[in-house]
Amino acid sequence: MSATNHRWRKFKNVLMQAVALACALLVVAPLGLVFYHLIKSGIGSVNWAFFTQLPKPVGESGGGMANAIAGTFILLGLAALIGVPVGVLGGVYLSEYGSSRLNWWIRFAADVLNGVPSIIWGIVVYALVVVPMKGFSAWAGGIVLGMMMIPLIMRTSEEVLQLVPNGYREASLALGIPRWRTIVQIVLRTAMKGIVTGVLLALARVAGETAPLLFTAFGNRFWNHSLSDPIAALPLQIFNYAISPYDDWHRQAWAGALVLLLLITAVNVGVRVLTRDRFQKPA
Amino acid sequence: MAKAAAKTELQAPPEKLVQRRWGDAVFERTSLLTALSVFALLALTGYELAHGSRLALHKFGWRFLAGSEWNPVSEQLGALPFIFGTLVSSAIALLIAVPLSIATAVYLTELAPQWLRQPLTLFIELLAAVPSVILGLWGIYVMVPWLREHLFPLLKTTFGFLPLFQGPIYGVSMLAGGIIIAIMIVPIITSVSREILRSVPGLQREAAYALGATRWEVTRIAVLGYAKKGLFGAVILGLGRALGETMAVTMVIGNTPQIKASLFAPGYTLASVIANEFTEATTDVYLSALFEIGLVLLGVTILVNVAAQLLLKTFGGPGVKPQN
Repeated sequence: MSATNHRWRKFKNVLMQAVALACALLVVAPLGLVFYHLIKSGIGSVNWAFFTQLPKPVGESGGGMANAIAGTFILLGLAALIGVPVGVLGGVYLSEYGSSRLNWWIRFAADVLNGVPSIIWGIVVYALVVVPMKGFSAWAGGIVLGMMMIPLIMRTSEEVLQLVPNGYREASLALGIPRWRTIVQIVLRTAMKGIVTGVLLALARVAGETAPLLFTAFGNRFWNHSLSDPIAALPLQIFNYAISPYDDWHRQAWAGALVLLLLITAVNVGVRVLTRDRFQKPA
Repeated sequence: MAKAAAKTELQAPPEKLVQRRWGDAVFERTSLLTALSVFALLALTGYELAHGSRLALHKFGWRFLAGSEWNPVSEQLGALPFIFGTLVSSAIALLIAVPLSIATAVYLTELAPQWLRQPLTLFIELLAAVPSVILGLWGIYVMVPWLREHLFPLLKTTFGFLPLFQGPIYGVSMLAGGIIIAIMIVPIITSVSREILRSVPGLQREAAYALGATRWEVTRIAVLGYAKKGLFGAVILGLGRALGETMAVTMVIGNTPQIKASLFAPGYTLASVIANEFTEATTDVYLSALFEIGLVLLGVTILVNVAAQLLLKTFGGPGVKPQN
């Protein structure tokens, strides 16, 4: 009786481990499948023209997404102008100042904000920027992505700032250096790598956002000449091409998706390799 | 630290002291303002949506939530099909994603060989980084055809006696939407669950091992039992993401405002209708109704996220990090 019980327990142990492994493999399977199909269907259209030419009108094959690629980088630049200073300074406040009670609420609000669906941000910026400016614009697209970056960067910055040993702050203050200069020149500088990591991850995250750009940046089939005009973005172009009825556009969509995913993955992997380095060789 | 700063200031010459106070004050106030921006953003979001939806609120009142007809031409606008679609697709997603994610998190923290843990974790983080629109593209051209040719017919022949699996198969459907959302929320539930399991004290496990428990028994009794509340928080957080997921769902759910028992039938979600119709809204009432749909979505996701954060924060292991 007890022997069979024992054997049953051992069997169950092995069984559950196998089930857990199967689940883990099932979970990562979509990643492999997405990469496989993107490469299979997209690689053929990733060529020089893809990076240098404008989209061709329907019916003409060829052309590229040069404007969308440039547009994505312009939008990211605008977003960083808003998201980075506000996010990093907010992180400084959470880590260096404030009462623990107020900071708890700020963190709470930031985390809730991170859960607000991105499409909602699109509506808010539509009402806030697009309506008063009487048109879709690169500004609106940059602002919406920047707003989304604020809580992301705030939380990661705070986390790395708290890793800076207190001794650094105390040593600096003991030398008579004012607190704000201590923070800017000692604390922030020590944590710089971690902060840059957080910023890059936030950029990689918003780079693929489509929903908030639908009615802010709107998209554009030509070059953008003014930040007050609609601008193309890679994810928008992928979406518009994906739901179009034309095979040629589908091919372009796959190619665009491949390029975008490779960019985002490169940032994610690169950042992780760099931070692993940091943890292995502590200062 | 504040005390240390005050002490150094006492010994500084008065002129510099004034300068220093000024610099410190400006820096602290500025950073306070930026930190408070999160409240401002939340308030702004609520205000803009409420302001934008006042026309629809005035015209439809509470009937808006209960109305099942969506006809922009006759301005008969009711949000029920979208609420239904959002709830059903999120429920499907949770049914699929929760067991898979928690099993994966358990595998990563308790069962997997050490060499496998890091690469698996990296893959899950990379899956989290795949943009929704790319998953949607893959969904339209790879997943939906596969579902239409293989999985759905199989479900129909096996479980066809249930109303859930009856009716014509188009491919794009509520079920396809649910599956794509599941793929999107698995990484977040997994990584939050993983942090929670990691914060379970080692003593818990050692005590169970000392009683002669097998590895699985240790996991089930000592780890999962201890972490229950936190894991629940992780699931609710996943629900929050599922409710607001937009692009990938829009691309595979079929975008038809209807309430059907069959999961093979196309549906529509709150987020998708905004994504699809916002720029096409021709009348003020129509646009305002879309704002109101946004308001509903915002209200629900904020409630769900507040609940999730409270669960996670009161679980309070030191290893529980905020997740994006």
